[in-house]
Amino acid sequence: MKIIEAKNITSLVKKMCIKAAHELPSDVLLAIKKSQTKQKGLAKYLTALMLENAKIAKKELYPLCQDTGTSVLFVEIGTELFIKGNITKAIQEGVKQGYKEGYLRKSIVQDPLFKRKNTNDNTPAIIHYSFKEGDKLKLSLLLKGAGSENKSVLKMFAPSATIKDIKDFVLSAVKTAGASACPPFIIGIGIGGNFEHAALLSKKALLRKINNFNKNKLYAALEKDLLKEINKTKIGPQGLGGNISALGVFIEEEPCHTASLPVAVNIGCHVSRHITEVL
Amino acid sequence: MTYLKMPLTLEKIKNIKAGSQIFLSGTIFSMRDKAHKKMVEENFYPLNLKNQIIFYMGPSPTRPGRKSGSCGPTTSARMDKWTPTFIKKTGIIGIIGKGERCQEVKAAMKGKVIYLLAFGGLGAFYAKCVKKSEIVLFKELGCEAVYKLEVENMPLIVAQDIKGESIL
Repeated sequence: MKIIEAKNITSLVKKMCIKAAHELPSDVLLAIKKSQTKQKGLAKYLTALMLENAKIAKKELYPLCQDTGTSVLFVEIGTELFIKGNITKAIQEGVKQGYKEGYLRKSIVQDPLFKRKNTNDNTPAIIHYSFKEGDKLKLSLLLKGAGSENKSVLKMFAPSATIKDIKDFVLSAVKTAGASACPPFIIGIGIGGNFEHAALLSKKALLRKINNFNKNKLYAALEKDLLKEINKTKIGPQGLGGNISALGVFIEEEPCHTASLPVAVNIGCHVSRHITEVL
Repeated sequence: MTYLKMPLTLEKIKNIKAGSQIFLSGTIFSMRDKAHKKMVEENFYPLNLKNQIIFYMGPSPTRPGRKSGSCGPTTSARMDKWTPTFIKKTGIIGIIGKGERCQEVKAAMKGKVIYLLAFGGLGAFYAKCVKKSEIVLFKELGCEAVYKLEVENMPLIVAQDIKGESIL
């Protein structure tokens, strides 16, 4: 049985926070570069600024965006793995160290409703655990800014809903998100599960690489359709018009109750900061 | 393309149209949710903001030897609740933010305030426009404190001009 020391998880999470805040995933960067060639005028200029921003962030170590987000982790634990120490504490400590040493903005408040006092270390991170056969520990981290997160929505449809109903719901969410959620977007959609799982699936979808479509052909076709229709809205970069409003649309689906059809839309901004590492 | 330098007067900006590209230089003040809440709800206005521009922004921490951390705009609509009173009490001439405003804010800005869009998700890029940065109020609010910033050629777009014309 493989043994992983908790302190190694801390140092990895720390590095992941710092790297994610400063470096766009290569697929996202490539998608932005490609989108530039399809645009003109102001939209093209704004896309060039996005690329310039990515360059400055990586080269000179300024966070890509001042909102370095809520730290969201998906942790896949191999069943043949023994973790020596408390994994949750190790991850939280890694986030704390990463945000301090990386000069990242601490945005988490302790009490959501009354005091709203900053915890000053960006903890607690939000951690989702799952298990998988094998002896690997897979950590995926998303730094999720509030501008786009605040525009995310969930609806419990009746199973009688049509594909058009679902599409209209997604399009309406995207249009409402508009300029303040920092388009061009990456849209995560969770379909099925139940109330809380649909939201979780929509978040997980944001980890997918651009141009990696759903393995199920029906869902892949829906992803392509939605991407086309979102681009037709002409929201454009920064909501100032243009033919690229989204860089990717990703659907994750799951079985659900015969009487339910939950759909969640998690809006992701163009600074889609995520990173995956395996120990 | 228009190059604007602080300080400004209504006279200087009255003919700048919605949709124009601006490069702004000079002193501006950052503030966001908590500073607005404190000032408006406690009727506490210790800074002279007459004819000043405020920037809805909360920076990332500044690395040693740097002028600023990352500093792009935050969602303006969150400030809508306080903005009409804030404009009346302070006499600001401009707001820099991100995204649409509600009708009440649009009406309150007409004839008095130019609404400028900074581009979201470009915090590193905007950091390079900052030549000087210091906290001047509410230090205890951390990134939500009021920062006095010296900016140079900060690229913006006019979302709503002084006449009240808007591109959003």
